[in-house]
Amino acid sequence: MSTTVTSERVEQVVYKALESFGADPAEFSREATFEQLDVDSLDLAELSQIAEEEFGVPLKGEDVKGIRTVGDAIDLIVSRA
Amino acid sequence: MREVVVTGVGAVTPLGVGARTLHERWTAGASGIAGGEAPCADFDPLDTLTRKEARRADRFSQLAVAAAAEAVAEAGWEGELPYAPDRVGCIIGTGIGGLGTFESNHEELLGRGPGAVSPLSVPLMMGNAGAGTLAMRHGLLGPCFGVVSACAAGANAIGAAARTIQVGDADAVLTGGSEAVLTPLARASFAALDAVSKSGESRPFDARRDGFVMGEGAGVLVLEEADAARARGAQILGYVRGYGATCDAHHLTAPDPQGAGAARAILAALADAGVDAGDLVYVNAHGTSTPLNDRSETLALKTALGADAYGVPVSSTKSAIGHLLGAAGAVEAIATLLALRDHVAPPTLGWEEEDEGLDLDYVPTARPLAIEDGDRVLGLSNSFGFGGHNAALVLEVV
Repeated sequence: MSTTVTSERVEQVVYKALESFGADPAEFSREATFEQLDVDSLDLAELSQIAEEEFGVPLKGEDVKGIRTVGDAIDLIVSRA
Repeated sequence: MREVVVTGVGAVTPLGVGARTLHERWTAGASGIAGGEAPCADFDPLDTLTRKEARRADRFSQLAVAAAAEAVAEAGWEGELPYAPDRVGCIIGTGIGGLGTFESNHEELLGRGPGAVSPLSVPLMMGNAGAGTLAMRHGLLGPCFGVVSACAAGANAIGAAARTIQVGDADAVLTGGSEAVLTPLARASFAALDAVSKSGESRPFDARRDGFVMGEGAGVLVLEEADAARARGAQILGYVRGYGATCDAHHLTAPDPQGAGAARAILAALADAGVDAGDLVYVNAHGTSTPLNDRSETLALKTALGADAYGVPVSSTKSAIGHLLGAAGAVEAIATLLALRDHVAPPTLGWEEEDEGLDLDYVPTARPLAIEDGDRVLGLSNSFGFGGHNAALVLEVV
């Protein structure tokens, strides 16, 4: 699986998820914080589910606590995939 | 005891968005029932909620948000609360809660496994989600909870809200009821119970009635302590004068055949208001169009009001919008207030054939209320629910 998971592919999936949560795509970047995007713990729980379904990467409790920006989430998923 | 006034009302019903829309269209004889159901076809959650808010709310909460927005605007609360936020409560009833959310997530659970169940499923389906959502949206920090008493929930919520203000636990409460269960499970369950109309007609009190028509919607009222409302120069739409709540303790779904529990609730509401049966100028019946309810309610009215039961117009909002279940009591309290305000008895649509023993004045066509100089403009709104719950509200317009 890891051979097919590129940073670009993860970014695509994460952006699509954030948009479905109601965040504004105009504000999307790797540096954008979840706070800026008004993405909260419930959204991150959904994002974890999507990451598991798309890439087989479960992001649980401690994993999610450390991530602050969109880039953090993308890097975490890529590193685990 | 402190006095409770209504300063704003809002509703989303099968007759459209807006409390006055409901009142005017119902009074004009319009029906929101089509194909045996009564959906809120005109309702678009994105008119009131952002996309993010909309996906954080089951349809029953979305309907409550829209109804509350109208009520709060009418009360002049938009922008800033007129009271300290911790003195404002939020009490919203529902019969079932977020059943659509439950059903779609259960389907995912069975089809794709536990990992496919949304983390939002429980927070959206819980019966208190409507109350929590409204409190968050309007920044209400006082007493906040859901009321769950099936088809009496909306009325029980208003009663609980009035008491909360009367005893001084809050100075104002956003209250009402909401329901959105036009879903496969609810349809199947009510059909299996033989509770829904096979003909698809809502004909309360008519000899041909054969069950209720499922509807959806929400009604929300702003209640305030009267002196505080007057001090801030609020427009006062009416008063919550009396509340009575009882239980049949008879059967899980069927009412007490004699309507004894309902009669006790009505008598308690009249006593609470300090008025007599003869003071009522209008009765908004629970009137579901089921064979059992309409008979037992008629008996309850005769028991509670005595000979005066024959002299007061009794009509059912459900003839026009079907049964809004946990929202019904709130929507119908609003309909009662607006009927009193306009001095009109809206009609029981479709009432044509008298059933034996069902011999009250069911108002087949709308007509002006008989109000003489010096009369108080007092109305009664009845709500009853599976579980044997009975709630009665006495409302007044001055």
